[in-house]
Amino acid sequence: MPVSYMQAIAERYLRLGYQPYRWFAAESAPPWQPVLKPLREMRLGLLSTSGAYAVGQVAYHYKDDCSIREFPSATPDSNLRFSHITENFLVDPRRDPGCIFPSRALRGLVTRGVLGSLADRLLSCMGGVYSQRRVREEVAPAVLAAMRAQAVDAVLLVAM
Amino acid sequence: MCHQTVSLVARHLEANGIPTMCLGSALDIFEAGRPPRSTFVDYPLGHSAGKPFDVADQEMILLAALQGLTTATAPSTLQCLPNRWDDSGEWQQAAGASTGEDTRQPRDDTPQFQLPADRDAALASGALMR
Repeated sequence: MPVSYMQAIAERYLRLGYQPYRWFAAESAPPWQPVLKPLREMRLGLLSTSGAYAVGQVAYHYKDDCSIREFPSATPDSNLRFSHITENFLVDPRRDPGCIFPSRALRGLVTRGVLGSLADRLLSCMGGVYSQRRVREEVAPAVLAAMRAQAVDAVLLVAM
Repeated sequence: MCHQTVSLVARHLEANGIPTMCLGSALDIFEAGRPPRSTFVDYPLGHSAGKPFDVADQEMILLAALQGLTTATAPSTLQCLPNRWDDSGEWQQAAGASTGEDTRQPRDDTPQFQLPADRDAALASGALMR
């Protein structure tokens, strides 16, 4: 059975004496944009919420950090680092970034002609932001602008 | 929390003309947030793109997500992959327990570098000011 995270977190917080968190629950069907190209012709953008950054960049902070990072899609795994408020989930990503940031596997698909191309720069954010308003007003527009600037056909978003 | 964030960002991208696929490991948060397209893999958080050092597993998940991107035909399509982390189910019990500690780091507003050398590199590049 898949884990019921919202229920488990609510019960855990209650036990610890915290206020309950009000999760986003969609009240309407999501917007929809048809995919117009086959994979082999597609230029793909990537956003990971794992708090990934490249060596030389500033790490994320843990108080609703709404900034994003962009780094070249050719950045080797050995130059990827992670900072995220739930560091306990970063044990394996810090050993093998491929389990949360699939840039190496994506480059492989491009080399083999399965995927058309990757955006020149891949994106990350620190997805542990409590304020849904700030995600809507800060993170989402920043990601949209960065993706538009790279003229991607579609975006893969990987949640941690 | 990350699954909520990707759901909100994906909805924003899609509303502005860019098709999206979300890949994640928290089924209930995807079901609540209803991103346009999502792929669920039943692995512990931190492994949405596959098991560590398992190239075949990572590629299988990635390909399934990308194929779902091109084949989904209706808003709020959620595909569940058959991958299993192990046969014990122990990790699900631990992750779903209501008795655990608060595992979050303090909500500090200074950069939390993975390694001390990363701070030096950020200072050297000019990205971080003293």
